[in-house]
Amino acid sequence: MAVRTLKIDDRELAVEAGTSILEAAQEAGIPIPRLCHLEGVTPVGACRLCLVEIEGLNKLLPACVTEVGEGMVIHTQTAKLQEYRRMTVELIFAEGNHICAICVANGDCELQDVAIQVGMDHSRFPYQFPDRGIDLSHPLFAIDHNRCILCTRCVRVCDEIEGAHVWDVAQRGPDCYIVSGLNQPWGEVEACTSCGKCVDACPTGAIFKKGSTTGEKHADTAKLEFLSTAREKHQWTR
Amino acid sequence: MAKTVVIDPVTRIEGHAKISLFLDDAGEVRDARFHVVEYRGFEKFCEGRPYTEMAGITARICGICPVSHLICSAKTGDKLLAVTIPPTADKLRRLMNLAQLTQSHALSFFHLSSPDFLLGWDSDPAKRNVFGLIANHPDLARSGIRLRQFGQRVIEILGGRKIHAAWTVPGGVREPLSREGRQWMLDRLPESLTTTRQALNIFKDLIHGPLRQEVQVFGEFPSLFMGLVSPEGNWEHYGGQLRFVDHHRQIVADGLREDDYQQFLGEAVEPWSYLKFPYYKPLGYPEGIYRVGPLARLNVCDRIGTPEADAELQALRDYAGGVPTSSFLYHYARLIEILACLEHIQILLDDPEILSTRVRAQAGVNALEAVGVSEAPRGTLFHHYRVDANGLIEKVNLIIATGQNNLAMNKTVAQIAKHYIHGEDIPEGFLNRVEAGIRCYDPCLSCSTHAAGQMPLHIQLVAATGEVVREVYRGP
Repeated sequence: MAVRTLKIDDRELAVEAGTSILEAAQEAGIPIPRLCHLEGVTPVGACRLCLVEIEGLNKLLPACVTEVGEGMVIHTQTAKLQEYRRMTVELIFAEGNHICAICVANGDCELQDVAIQVGMDHSRFPYQFPDRGIDLSHPLFAIDHNRCILCTRCVRVCDEIEGAHVWDVAQRGPDCYIVSGLNQPWGEVEACTSCGKCVDACPTGAIFKKGSTTGEKHADTAKLEFLSTAREKHQWTR
Repeated sequence: MAKTVVIDPVTRIEGHAKISLFLDDAGEVRDARFHVVEYRGFEKFCEGRPYTEMAGITARICGICPVSHLICSAKTGDKLLAVTIPPTADKLRRLMNLAQLTQSHALSFFHLSSPDFLLGWDSDPAKRNVFGLIANHPDLARSGIRLRQFGQRVIEILGGRKIHAAWTVPGGVREPLSREGRQWMLDRLPESLTTTRQALNIFKDLIHGPLRQEVQVFGEFPSLFMGLVSPEGNWEHYGGQLRFVDHHRQIVADGLREDDYQQFLGEAVEPWSYLKFPYYKPLGYPEGIYRVGPLARLNVCDRIGTPEADAELQALRDYAGGVPTSSFLYHYARLIEILACLEHIQILLDDPEILSTRVRAQAGVNALEAVGVSEAPRGTLFHHYRVDANGLIEKVNLIIATGQNNLAMNKTVAQIAKHYIHGEDIPEGFLNRVEAGIRCYDPCLSCSTHAAGQMPLHIQLVAATGEVVREVYRGP
């Protein structure tokens, strides 16, 4: 087993080669905010919250998709990073329609948690108030695109764990949105097994159980890691 | 020269408003208008949302009576699901509504209105508030605050939080009542009853003595009254059907279903207020003036159904010589209703079924349109939703208690102004009486316009030429 030695926030670490900076930090108990990262599925570096500074590099790199290198000196909490992270969260809030007071995920929302973690108390950017829809066509679940932050966790969990690939991303740039099937109403997508993994994967109140009211969603994200571990390592422990 | 007096903002009420008094050439009040100057647009922005969110969204209309919207919205949701909710859920919702009526009425009486009665209409405005009450009548103020706290705590025990508890849902309620919660309520009931009895005695002394004239002047006029009554004709706040009575308590219409509200209620609009003017359709506008709220509920019912409250209701009817029609007696009615609520809370808590854990019926959308009704502290509340096949809201109409008292509030303001104001020289205490006419109705303008903001007071004196001669501002 090849080992890499590195420093994260002045702490000397030795980790297996191929480990991501995020995993290394996590093992060492160094918290790095993240939204698109989900244990058990492929990282994509979509949310940019886990950006870190690496000495000798003049650009910031996402910790979830950057492998550790020998002798790396990494900083996760510089003033610049904190400012950028806060700005990123503000932009996410300004881009969608996030109304915590009436959201199904109020009180159990990763976007809310991250906003608190980065110290966001308001957004400096003008709210876009996009005109997005809600799809209630599925008999059990619903997707409210107003609350979607395009983390693509649902896309990955459906593809990689359930193997159904109901979800994908359509369009480009600010027009991006999550589509079900061939851009059909979710309830008409035959590939959907109604397993509900996307509900547990969703970090916000975008995908939820139908009939849920304010603050009633409690996503079990750990279940997804459990399923992944069970499948790959044949270990059924939580 | 004719003039107009403007009171802006109106204080110690919930929301933003102003009052205009129009004086003729002789300086006598010709007309008065109560303008609600806020707009919010809830009915519009609810469109496109899932019906399951309606309780959460509409509760945010107000921080004083969110429970009323939660309950009315959940009742409307039940009808979209086309389910009968579990009996315990029905009882728990009733329990929360009784707590809501208690806390809101306590707020209206002790915090907002009693400073006028106990400190005097003409006392220093800077001290004529709940703090002045604490300074001069500390025991009464403390009891009143604790009475409101009782109601708020019951709401918190049931819903998890005092304000905006998203606990009532289409199909029932989210959580059952705990044994410990029930015990807390039972333990605090006797103190709450004692406070209410004390307040009733104080108020009865006042209207038999120093406030006798106010009863004659503050909104003493004939009108219809509307409210829910039980199938037996008893006082109701949650279920039952609608009844209209006239100022002789003769039944004008009975057994009305909320689903048909558009047949008997019309909503007029005036260009000078954001608050609509509902009226009883068969009589037309504005002749179809009707009042809702505590006094109306006591006038439409045959009896309350609990011993102490029924005795007090009889005392009120005796005092008024049969039928109380003065809006000043809303305060009296509010205290009687607190008594009724506390007695009904006792009955519900004594019912072993109240602790059942079967509290929520699950179903999908089985009806595309529904109307819900309940009695909010300020009167009858209607929610009307139309949804698509998946349950997305297509249309919303909310008819709020305060709006239904709009015609009566205008009439009350005019009556008080005509009695007290003669000429341009208007003492502050007289303006306070005009405001107090509005406070009789304990209006919640945030709710009734489904709009945004808080409420201060502005009175304007306007000449016949339209020139504003004098303005009095008060508030933040």
